[in-house]
Amino acid sequence: MVLNPGLGMEYHWQALPPDWPGNFWWHWLAFSVIILAFVLGLVMGFIWLERRGIGRFQIRLGPNRTGPFGLLQPIADAVKVLLKENIVPAAADKIVHWLAPLVAFVPTLMIFAVVPFQDGALLADLNVGVLYIVAISSISTVGIFMAGWSSSNKYSLLAAMRDVATVVSYEIPVVLSLAGVVLLAGSLSLNQIVMAQDIPFILLQPLAFLLFFIAASAEINRTPFDLLEADSELVAGFHIEYSGMKFALFYLTEYAEALAVSAIIATLFLGGWRGPVLPPWLWFVGKVVAVFSVMFWIRSTLPRVRIDQLMALAWKFLLPLALINLVVTAVQVLAWPEASLWAMVPVNVAIMAALVVTWSRLLKLGGGRVEV
Amino acid sequence: MALKTESFALNIGPLHPSTHGVFRMRAVLDGEVIANMEPVFGYLHRGIEKLAEERTYTGVIPLTDRLDYLASMSNNLAYVLAVEKLAEISAPERATYLRVILAELQRIASHLIAVGAFVNDCGAFFTPFLYMFREREKILDLFEMLSGQRLLYNYMRIGGFNQDIPDEFLPALQKFVSQMPGFIDEYDRLLAENEILLARTKGVGILPQDLAVNISASGPVLRASGVKWDIRKADPYCGYDRFEFDIPTGTAGDCYDRYRVRIEEMRQSLRIIEQAMKQLPSGAVKSTVPYLVRPPAGEAYAHIEAPKGELGFYLVSDNSIAPYRCHIRAPSLINLTALRDMTVGWKVADLIVIFGSIDITMGEVDR
Repeated sequence: MVLNPGLGMEYHWQALPPDWPGNFWWHWLAFSVIILAFVLGLVMGFIWLERRGIGRFQIRLGPNRTGPFGLLQPIADAVKVLLKENIVPAAADKIVHWLAPLVAFVPTLMIFAVVPFQDGALLADLNVGVLYIVAISSISTVGIFMAGWSSSNKYSLLAAMRDVATVVSYEIPVVLSLAGVVLLAGSLSLNQIVMAQDIPFILLQPLAFLLFFIAASAEINRTPFDLLEADSELVAGFHIEYSGMKFALFYLTEYAEALAVSAIIATLFLGGWRGPVLPPWLWFVGKVVAVFSVMFWIRSTLPRVRIDQLMALAWKFLLPLALINLVVTAVQVLAWPEASLWAMVPVNVAIMAALVVTWSRLLKLGGGRVEV
Repeated sequence: MALKTESFALNIGPLHPSTHGVFRMRAVLDGEVIANMEPVFGYLHRGIEKLAEERTYTGVIPLTDRLDYLASMSNNLAYVLAVEKLAEISAPERATYLRVILAELQRIASHLIAVGAFVNDCGAFFTPFLYMFREREKILDLFEMLSGQRLLYNYMRIGGFNQDIPDEFLPALQKFVSQMPGFIDEYDRLLAENEILLARTKGVGILPQDLAVNISASGPVLRASGVKWDIRKADPYCGYDRFEFDIPTGTAGDCYDRYRVRIEEMRQSLRIIEQAMKQLPSGAVKSTVPYLVRPPAGEAYAHIEAPKGELGFYLVSDNSIAPYRCHIRAPSLINLTALRDMTVGWKVADLIVIFGSIDITMGEVDR
């Protein structure tokens, strides 16, 4: 497999892209503002898109009163939520209760530090970018657990337990499926991974894409894995006792996480900012929105799994498949380093199809009385 | 290593998105697993049975609307049948056929909500629910043509109907009946083989056949457990023996079977409506009934196959203008008694699904 010859050896870590004007602090300031604007702007866009999109899926209109096509609805909601009273339960652990939304939100924002918007346009081109993402994204769980525990509400405590169990289980398939991509690209830096994608990795690593999409959806609690919000069981889950701006922060976290996963998928599997004709950043945003659209499409279609089924999915399906994918990729990279990339596409798609069919025949998720 | 753990009680309801009204389940949880479950109801008690003793026989009909408010027509039907039995009045042929059409339409409407809300309880984000509401709206439109109401119809009268159906009703009904099978197929495409729905409902909340019979469950809950019992066949009223239809039954008695039985019953109801429309005679819709019905002293029990099960009215008359006693056999309440046996040992998420699969209306449970 010919992968961007010369990339691995000659590349060395650079704190700044060489053609970026200004010094470190200007770079830091500019990109911090860009990331904040990008996240907040796109999250609002996502909320609008999801509500309108799900409206269409459900043969209704969705919000259409505020501004043209209801575009100002997220802003109206934000203003409303800001003006709401902040209610803290009497039995709550006040400090933890106050701290939890921040602990949940900030790490989500930090993920975007290593996501390239176009060639070299990122806050920090870390040479351990993928590792950084995996590490930092797990911290949000602590925030969610803090929220669930400090509210002193049984529903939110159940939700918090579920979240920790989910993240602990799903972190493994996430990392293993990303390892395949890293093997192919020969780098952990997201910018270098994008540079290496002459063919989008979704074609070379279809199984890894599938596994990552499922595992990441579970980790950020998107339907069908939204067990910790589970409005039909746990009412609102961990943020049941939150109101006002603190609730808004959790809401923001939820969508920022969806945005982060979309951005990671777009970067690692869909070729990031690369694409013809249009400017690179537009390609990037377009791919992010496309991935997110698939997420809310799934949300409007599928029911929710149960907690033991969620665990079974991680350990019985995703983990073995991710391990096999890693081994297959390693063998391919090692044994046929000169093979044409395009020749590998049908091979890998065939492997994915065979594995997925085998596993879905072998194991079943559902049924069975729970063993106490 | 054995950790010391403690079970805790969780009050699910009375204000909870999935309790279909104001129902409370006091669940004792061992982690996620339900160690014990105690249903608490009575939050919606309005004393309808007592109120009925203070009203004329006709005046009770609006009260019956408010029992199972998702199936008002069926409630009306059960009540007027009981009064007709008590006062020995018989409705004209046309009214009987119309009653069958309306009862079956009502069954479809009620099952649509039952299945939609059930899938919602499984965690689907309102999509199947709203799909089913789309068709329920059409049924409500039909009922609005008749009664001017969309929820509490108050349309049936002792001895028939207050007024005949409008001219535009039958063409609209014909259109609905021809469209509906396609929509039911659409639900099946979305749900019937959905892997997650199967995983959540197959083998979950099994109601064994003997238990179902022992608690005198009825309706889809009983039939899903494999008992072929339908009052339309077992004790035909309104001339149901003139129509051809099947009784769909399940085998396992799990949540999935209850869901399947409801979907199949909608198809059977359409079959009945088609036959009844073909055979619908012309003529009067009301026999001559005095303004104030004064049945001879005695008692009567009439029961029908309501969407949720056997709905029965037991009336005692002392030859006055109001019932001396009115007792309602509400299927929701009696089906609900199996809830504890079905849920203990399952998880919290299953509790919601099993509860949803019974399909109750609190208006009928608490009366």
